[in-house]
Amino acid sequence: MSENNFDVVVVGGGPGGYVAAIRAAQLGLKTACVESRGSLGGTCLNVGCIPSKALLQSSHHFAAAQHEFAHHGIKFSKLEVDLAAMMARKDKVVSGLTKGIEGLFKKNKVTYIVGAGRLTAPGTIAVTGKDGEQTITAKSIIIATGSEVTPLPGVEIDEKHIISSTGALALGAVPKHMVVIGAGVIGLELGSVWRRLGAEVTVVEFLDRALPLNDGEVSKQMQRILEKQGIKFKMGTKVTAAKSHKGEVTLTLEPAKGGAAEEMKADSVLVAIGRRPFTNGLGLSELGVEIDNRGFVKVDGHFRTNVPGIYAIGDVIGGAMLAHKAEEEGVAIAEILAGQAGHVNYDVIPAVVYTHPEVASVGRTEEQLKADGVAYKSGKFPFMANSRARAIDDADGFVKILADAKTDRILGAHIIGPMAGDLIAEVVMGMEFGAAAEDIARTCHAHPGLGEAVKEAALAVDARAIHM
Amino acid sequence: MSTQIVVPALGESVSEATIAKWFKQVGDIVAADEPIVELETDKVTVEVPAPSAGTLSEILVETGATVGVGAVLGVIGAAGAAAAVKPAAVAAVKVPELAVAAPAAVGGHPPAPSARKLIEENSLDAAAISGTGKDGRITKGDVLSTLEKPAAAPAPVAAAPAAPRAPDVREQRVKMTRLRKRIAERLKEAQNTAAMLTTFNEVDMTALNALRSQYKDAFEKKHGTKLGFMSFFVKACVTALKEWPAVNGELVGDELVYKNFYDIGVAVGTPSGLVVPVVREADKLSFAGVESTIAGYGKKARDGKLTIDEMTGGTFTISNGGVYGSLMSTPILNTPQSAILGMHKTMLRPMVMADGSIQARPMMYLALSYDHRIIDGREAVSFLVRVKECIEDPQRILLDM
Repeated sequence: MSENNFDVVVVGGGPGGYVAAIRAAQLGLKTACVESRGSLGGTCLNVGCIPSKALLQSSHHFAAAQHEFAHHGIKFSKLEVDLAAMMARKDKVVSGLTKGIEGLFKKNKVTYIVGAGRLTAPGTIAVTGKDGEQTITAKSIIIATGSEVTPLPGVEIDEKHIISSTGALALGAVPKHMVVIGAGVIGLELGSVWRRLGAEVTVVEFLDRALPLNDGEVSKQMQRILEKQGIKFKMGTKVTAAKSHKGEVTLTLEPAKGGAAEEMKADSVLVAIGRRPFTNGLGLSELGVEIDNRGFVKVDGHFRTNVPGIYAIGDVIGGAMLAHKAEEEGVAIAEILAGQAGHVNYDVIPAVVYTHPEVASVGRTEEQLKADGVAYKSGKFPFMANSRARAIDDADGFVKILADAKTDRILGAHIIGPMAGDLIAEVVMGMEFGAAAEDIARTCHAHPGLGEAVKEAALAVDARAIHM
Repeated sequence: MSTQIVVPALGESVSEATIAKWFKQVGDIVAADEPIVELETDKVTVEVPAPSAGTLSEILVETGATVGVGAVLGVIGAAGAAAAVKPAAVAAVKVPELAVAAPAAVGGHPPAPSARKLIEENSLDAAAISGTGKDGRITKGDVLSTLEKPAAAPAPVAAAPAAPRAPDVREQRVKMTRLRKRIAERLKEAQNTAAMLTTFNEVDMTALNALRSQYKDAFEKKHGTKLGFMSFFVKACVTALKEWPAVNGELVGDELVYKNFYDIGVAVGTPSGLVVPVVREADKLSFAGVESTIAGYGKKARDGKLTIDEMTGGTFTISNGGVYGSLMSTPILNTPQSAILGMHKTMLRPMVMADGSIQARPMMYLALSYDHRIIDGREAVSFLVRVKECIEDPQRILLDM
């Protein structure tokens, strides 16, 4: 029975789970990872981050060819999209990466068990695979089962015409009119993909602005840019019903504040209002593992649930539902279980939106600082004034750095522009070290580089930008 | 060919001075030995003469800055050389022995770049700043809050910011001069070290007044200096000191040092504070010698030209509060001396004479503050009585009686 007894069993093989498993194995713990999907990498690798980024890149190329190549003096006669080939490439990227995780498991001697895990008793998991059920035991169990699409009452997802992000990543044809319900990260990214490929896209949002969790200035700018790209926005509106008939969906829309309803027709409706924790079939309630009223597993500062020996990380415990946040937690819990002091700095977790231009942020927004009564200074620098951005003809957007008015400590940064998701890393690093805006300003940045916009924004905090 | 203006030796145990005033500006022509800048130290104000003739081409240290002995204050170019245009005020030159090199990494982690800049600009000691950055790194905020605190740990020349009290329009804040600060220190030193007491007596000035009236014109004609009271008091004290040597002594460690010379300090008030030039070997000087020495010191003191050597090494001090109207007071010892005589205002008072009659006599109260560790009560009282006797009958000084 010893081959079924482990130090650590991770239930869920997504970014949180597989990273926790690899780290635990690195630290010498006998580790197993249970995943029912049939491939590792979770939502992220299979139906989330990776496939969407692959399609975003492919569709971006197409849009660039259509709208930008002429500026560069590049002419061609016929331009068309082979959607099947585009999807095939995306699939290849995904399978390559998921197989890569399997390879990492082998390398680190993590036992990969394919099947659905159910906690039957503290320290005991029943795994139901295609070959039947087996029982494994563990000193510590880490729940990393992630999240699923939040359904919208009245708009039932069939993944044909009323789809979730999963369906939106695998459409067989470019829709004529796609309605995206929800102007958050997922809605805007996938809406961008299909708009670029030729669909008419309307984004319907309950609140009054796109990207409601981002800095207000950034949200406004992003919406403006997407509108220029042809995406239509209907804000302050809720969708109450959807009727699918012969390939056409009729939606019932109402103002969020109440009022007269209206109808909108589309051949594709993407429900992207959010994600909710996934704990189906885990047996948590039988074991008495506490979850909160929104379904998230309750944990303390060390990822412990109320049941000794059972831990939880990632989307399933809430907080920022981001792959890299789950990864940080995976490393932390593995280190804690190995007797080390693992911890996550939640104040410095970046968030990226992979539209074009990209949006990246870390730390507090201006709205949050104002609400907390924190005195801050703001330094903003437009990419229009960055020589690299001008050279590559990709200069929409700005870098904004927020710093404490007294100590100059960086409290937050918000970037909308080319490569924002990568540019933010510097500020994240700085914040991790308690950097002042002046520290970034006094660090050498290569020229010509988009990173110089970050340096100039830091200078702008002190009202002494050079190139503006 | 240019020459540097350098801070000269300032006297024993004085290692730094503050720039009080530049007499010349960049571009001015100076003659050799012409006073070019005034330095202020703990004890005295010193003028620095120009080392050569020429044009003052550079001022390297501004008024108010602190410099050490040997520091370069400015440059004199060859006569007729165009003055080098020195762009806007140069930041204070750091005293060499206190110069801060790149702030040391604290706990192995260097301060953040912004913090480093502030540390260097304010001559702070990085080791004394607690870092709140990752792994204890010093952040810009840490340095800013250190600068806000009144100078506790930083090097003496660090910018000590104003106390955090809101300004009151009814107040006027004047920073203590070096001299005043030093005087304050020494006063406290005296109080904290010696077992200080004061004994009083009074002296009838009738005989001395008469003597002075009789001889003062002829004295001045012969000796070229006025016959004041001080020569008599100095001589009276010397007489008494010879008889009560403990009053002229000094406690050094656990040794009583009895001195066989009589360097009498005579306190002089100046606008910038009390200074005590020393009349050397007062026992060997004539009355005229004592008077002219004191007169000379008085002028120098008012002009701020007393040297440090002129003010150190006294064995006993006489202070006269009477010129300001004081009737009686308890003077503080002039460390490291063991006693000080306080003279006061002469006032006509009704005195009972030997025959029982009452007469109005010009009386002066005398005070002797002394260090009881080295001088006992009997010695102090007897000393003062002796001074009184010599003043009331100056012939006693002549006859050593």
